[in-house]
Amino acid sequence: MTQNASLITHHSSLDLSAIQERLSNTSGKDYWRSLEELAETEGFDEMLHREFPRFAAEWNDSVGRRRFLRLMGASLALAGLSACTRQPMEPIAPYVRQPEELLPGKPLYFATAMPLGGVATGVLAESHQGRPTKIEGNPDHPASFGATDAFAQASVLTLYDPDRSQTLTHLGEISAYPAFLGSFRTVVRTQRSLQGAGLRILTETVTSPTLASELRATLSELPLAKWHQYDPVNRDNVRAGALLAFGESVHTVYRFERAGVIVSLDSDFLSCGPGSVRYAREFASRRRLQEGRSEMNRLYVVEGTPSNTGSVADHRLQLRASEIEPFARALARELGVAAGGESKADDRWTKWIKAVASDLQRHRGSGIVIAGEFQPPAVHALAHAMNHALDNADATVLHTEPLEANSVDQTESLRELARDMDAGNVDVLLILGGNPVYNAPADLNFGERLRKVGLRVHLGLYDDETSALCHWHIPEAHYLESWSDARAFDGTASIVQPLIAPLYRGKTAHEILAALMDQPERSGYHIVRDYWKSHFMGGQLSGAGGGVAENREESSMSADFESFWRKALHDGFIPNTALAPKPVTLRSDFASQMPSQAPSSRPPAPGPSGELEIVFRPDPTVYDGRFANNGWLQELPKPLTRLTWDNAAIVSPATAASLNLSYEIGARGGEHGGVLTDQVELEYQGRTVRAPVWILPGHPDDCVTVHLGYGRVRAGRVGSRAGFNAYALRTSDAPWFGSGLKIRKTWERVLLAGVQTHHDMEGRDILRSGTLDEYRKHPELAPQGSGNELSLYPGYEYRGYAWGMTIDLNACIGCGACVVACQAENNIPIVGKTEVGRAREMHWLRVDRYYKGPLNNPETFFQPVPCMHCENAPCEVVCPVAATAHSAEGLNDMVYNRCVGTRYCSNNCPYKVRRFNFLLYSDWETPSLKLMRNPNVTVRSRGVMEKCTYCVQRINKAKIEAEKEDRQVADGEIVTACQAVCPVQAIVFGNVNDPNSRVAKLKSEPRNYGLLADLNTRPRTTYLAAVRNPNPDLA
Amino acid sequence: MEGGRRPDGQGRNPGTDAPVPDIRTPVIEPGHTFATVTDKISAIVLTKRTPTGWWAGFGFSFTLVMLLFYAIGYLVLAGTGIWGVNIPVGWGFAIINFVWWVGIAHAGTLISAILLLMRQDWRTSINRFAEAMTLFAVSCAGIYPLIHVGRPWLAYWLIPYPNTMQIWPQFRSPLVWDVFAVSTYATVSLMFWFVGLIPDLATLRDRAKSRTGQIIYGILAMGWRGSARHWHRYEQAYLLLAGLATPLVVSVHTVVSFDFAISIIPGWHATIFPPYFVAGAIYSGFAMVMTLAIPLRKFYGLEDFITMRHIDNMAKVMLATSLIVAYGYMMEAFMAVYSGSKYEEYMIRNRMTGAYAPMYWALIFCNVVTPLALWSSRVRRNIPLLWVISIIANIGMWLERFVIVVTSLHRDFLPSSWGMYAPTSWDWAIYVGTIGLFLALLFLFIRFLPMISIFEMRTILPQAEVREGTD
Repeated sequence: MTQNASLITHHSSLDLSAIQERLSNTSGKDYWRSLEELAETEGFDEMLHREFPRFAAEWNDSVGRRRFLRLMGASLALAGLSACTRQPMEPIAPYVRQPEELLPGKPLYFATAMPLGGVATGVLAESHQGRPTKIEGNPDHPASFGATDAFAQASVLTLYDPDRSQTLTHLGEISAYPAFLGSFRTVVRTQRSLQGAGLRILTETVTSPTLASELRATLSELPLAKWHQYDPVNRDNVRAGALLAFGESVHTVYRFERAGVIVSLDSDFLSCGPGSVRYAREFASRRRLQEGRSEMNRLYVVEGTPSNTGSVADHRLQLRASEIEPFARALARELGVAAGGESKADDRWTKWIKAVASDLQRHRGSGIVIAGEFQPPAVHALAHAMNHALDNADATVLHTEPLEANSVDQTESLRELARDMDAGNVDVLLILGGNPVYNAPADLNFGERLRKVGLRVHLGLYDDETSALCHWHIPEAHYLESWSDARAFDGTASIVQPLIAPLYRGKTAHEILAALMDQPERSGYHIVRDYWKSHFMGGQLSGAGGGVAENREESSMSADFESFWRKALHDGFIPNTALAPKPVTLRSDFASQMPSQAPSSRPPAPGPSGELEIVFRPDPTVYDGRFANNGWLQELPKPLTRLTWDNAAIVSPATAASLNLSYEIGARGGEHGGVLTDQVELEYQGRTVRAPVWILPGHPDDCVTVHLGYGRVRAGRVGSRAGFNAYALRTSDAPWFGSGLKIRKTWERVLLAGVQTHHDMEGRDILRSGTLDEYRKHPELAPQGSGNELSLYPGYEYRGYAWGMTIDLNACIGCGACVVACQAENNIPIVGKTEVGRAREMHWLRVDRYYKGPLNNPETFFQPVPCMHCENAPCEVVCPVAATAHSAEGLNDMVYNRCVGTRYCSNNCPYKVRRFNFLLYSDWETPSLKLMRNPNVTVRSRGVMEKCTYCVQRINKAKIEAEKEDRQVADGEIVTACQAVCPVQAIVFGNVNDPNSRVAKLKSEPRNYGLLADLNTRPRTTYLAAVRNPNPDLA
Repeated sequence: MEGGRRPDGQGRNPGTDAPVPDIRTPVIEPGHTFATVTDKISAIVLTKRTPTGWWAGFGFSFTLVMLLFYAIGYLVLAGTGIWGVNIPVGWGFAIINFVWWVGIAHAGTLISAILLLMRQDWRTSINRFAEAMTLFAVSCAGIYPLIHVGRPWLAYWLIPYPNTMQIWPQFRSPLVWDVFAVSTYATVSLMFWFVGLIPDLATLRDRAKSRTGQIIYGILAMGWRGSARHWHRYEQAYLLLAGLATPLVVSVHTVVSFDFAISIIPGWHATIFPPYFVAGAIYSGFAMVMTLAIPLRKFYGLEDFITMRHIDNMAKVMLATSLIVAYGYMMEAFMAVYSGSKYEEYMIRNRMTGAYAPMYWALIFCNVVTPLALWSSRVRRNIPLLWVISIIANIGMWLERFVIVVTSLHRDFLPSSWGMYAPTSWDWAIYVGTIGLFLALLFLFIRFLPMISIFEMRTILPQAEVREGTD
């Protein structure tokens, strides 16, 4: 070692020759650590003797007592710091070549599309260093306009779901794709010689032009092979209704922004089905009472099971699902349409029909009659006929070619496949997506018949019920991992492009079909690109193979394919591919073609042996069961029942009373958590299922609604064994409703987790509402004596920004997309059914549901409740450690690492929007979930309070950008996650200090009010009162 | 020179101040001399065999202490979620029990300090263990705020200390005031108790046979020789501490009540809370003293020292405070209705008829109806009945805290977030565990320290009238 530290010479750089010399002069065990040491450079010396080399020159003074103490204190504190954090090993590998545009910390957005039920919604996926973390709507995409539904929001969780099937399996053993290709090739060769006679391909609904062309190519090569399509939530009724009315299969697109009067015949067009996001936007655009506007559209909903659409209706007539058809006939007759069938007056709707009919007549050409996909074809045909009679067709109701590449009756298609399997005609069955063993109609015995097929291949995201019965299971690539395309609700071809390489070597249907055609090496990218290249002919898309791809504005299409393709990828869709409106003529004899009305108008009153009607519906959150393993969707409360993690046999209060069914509020959690409810046995067509009962105000009497999608046995750790399987009762002849249900009480009780069992507002001024007339007279719609803001002290002056939010209750349809968007943006954990039952769910934003009026048919209101960011925040004064404090911009900030967890702030929050990590809810272990997290938001640990931050990370990002450019943040530059996703644009965020900002203008609307403002909390989040537009004739 | 005795000459002569009760029941039974008093009390600690009952009692309560440690250990490992608390009801058993224990802790200092200042010499035979009880109850209470937070290892952030984070506690929060109030109260109570013990510790030192006893008591006696100067300083210190402790009796529960009164929750936000909490605390404190004194005097044969006079007086205090508490309940209900606030109105209706109504009516029965029996002097002299009433009062006060904490929170402003609360077995384990801790400490106390102040008892003997030369 160097001993002569006192002989410091000032070397400015290394002197290698001197080092050589010194080394040769030393003897014995002289270790040296670096060349600098050998050279005795100043820098090294400094490093040896000083902890902080550069800034600590003055520390060479003799250490005084005070300085000693200061240093001791500092080093102790630092020692404590380093002891608390165990740094994990993280090898750092720099890019050899920096990918284009990839800046660490700066997300990129890519346009893609999420198919659901075959129909695409355009989305933008936010990508952090190659990891998609958040889905936003694609503002340019006609089906999105920047918004999405809850399913799209939750799809990132499915992508990273650790329970997704991760390996290809053969007979349950892990295998490899080449092995599959090898054995598959032999089978295909045999089939080729038979012209594909034993080959069947089962897909879900296909709108993808590329996939359709591949399938057609396959079928042309193997003419005896068959392609079946089946989606459990299909649009067979819509198709059959169009066939009935027009004699041809057409797709219908509605233009709600042009409609002044809308009559929904059991259609939940705002939250279910293709285009619902767009429809909700259009619908809400006619209800904005802003800047002096006082006109609104009027929505009549005739429905059975309460839906979101029914909840926002101006008039809701509650009928059983089977009664909709007679109602539709009566309405059609009133409108002068020959509706056939016997005329039967029903006093429940005579007044209604008159009022609705005259309202529709007054709005000729600007009305819509829309039938629900769960209603029989006759209702659809009647709706078409009414629209024609009212000149709505081609004005608000457009007909086009079918959306599907091959429009078939899916139930019939599956029935045919089942018959073929039973007859032993199927040697090879290729199931490309879907889970028919779980969700096929119970009478088809699909699982049992599947066993008769020689070779069964299943491509799926999960190792599910179907793959358990298949020889080969191939992990499917998630849509965020795959190349594909699909059509939106209006036919716009949308490109699905991957955000990430398949996590588990998943394959797409395109690649499997390519393998079938002996081209196993073709990648999805090439298949999709080649399809569009072959249809791109010098600036014009040919329609061949892809349905109709009409090109109306040729000039906008660029001339060479490469730039066309790049633009398509950039935009996420191919412009001008929407299906063109097509003139259709109503068949004059359609009424006589309609199946005669079932005689049962009202089933006998239910007694112990009475028969009821059963209604099947896709679940509002797990849909047909495909999202069963998605915790975000499982924990998203269903809009009306407010249940999580379960489905239930939903009955009306009166039916429950007559069947002596009841529930009991659980002791832990109570109205905001666990509910012990009666278990019943449902018997329908000889099949039985046990289900918990849920009593829902507004549900029609004498019928039971069950939601599909639950009771999975092989969904994964999240979804398995949740709820009961309603598919076990569903038959192919009555997929949506039927009578003959028997219900028996079992004397067992089941614990359900429902987050809001209390329906009543208790006369409090919580959700302000009124009618349009009242609004015109008193735009405040406020009850008397609501709050004043007197204070002895001057308020804080917000000089810069003052963030605030408005939520338009008149627009909100309660879909819950905002809740999931918030969850995805802010790394909010799920807590599971048990914890929800204990009233500990973590959603920062909740959508409250309140009823008004009679129990059997109440008015329903939704109210999204994020943090109010009160200016006089009750939470702030009671926090003993200042972990929640007010920012200079009026944000109620939450400092996680300062929080000790007294929960006093939550107690004192009148809105109860604060959420506490009672246990370690965030998953800190699962590697794939770590990829999913938003890197700009802390993952909270146990014992810490959290709540809505107004997406402060987005605020700061915008502020940084603005400061870099030396300007103010522009209005609309900051969009919170809930605001971005909202299909009806109910949420507006911005700078209240700027009188020209949208939010400031909305806050000056007379409808604006603060929730519980009489407590003088001065909330920054305010609401715009809900206004309904009832028909005076029905008052 | 006062001759080493307490300077007060008051109350020593039965009949001068309050003739009737004193003739009927003296504060010390006749026939005792200085020697017998000292013998009788110190023998429990020094010479008598430890009774089997003590072993049984201590063993039982020690088991509960182990349960407490286990439950706290699991709590720290798993998180607050093992309790029944949830989002509308963020506070549960931990806060209920905290307030309950703090309330119980009131009697000791009240008896010692306030009654000392008011020269109520009947306090002498009960003040020592009442003070001990106070200390142990404060210890039990002190556990709860520490463990009820989500991250107990950071609970020290509530204490103002210079730190590298450059941040103080948020002084507007009543929880910070709690830290001051409870810790001050605990400190002063401890000092008061210990200072009062010093002369007796010296007695024990002098009488101890074993070397260990001599050494330990010797150290604790802090060199007490009983000189006039010692007595002089002792008296001054004791009086000063009594003066210091007196406002604390009122302040500590006032501050605890601020935890609720400062908030905006209907059922919490009430100006009546401070006096009503203090009265309730005294009520529960006396009830607890009674609960403990009755069996103690029986088992250790101390009927001569803790006489019917004491029991009677304590019962009267309980009656008086229960009436104040009843007034508090009345005013709470009245103000809720009179305020015209629909939230307050709903709160009181919900308390009386809602899901937790049985708790509310049980509380009314325990704290309002039952104590009315104490108007009867027959009841006040019926020892077993009094014991039962004192236990009912303790239960009642626990129920009061339950009703205040839970029924106010479970249905506040927005019906959408209304919920329910039910304790889990972990809640119960910790509650029962602190009762065990309390009892275990009490058993240790009666085994190793004189549970009645020897020297103070001697001053109330008739002989003390005469200037005797003991020093």
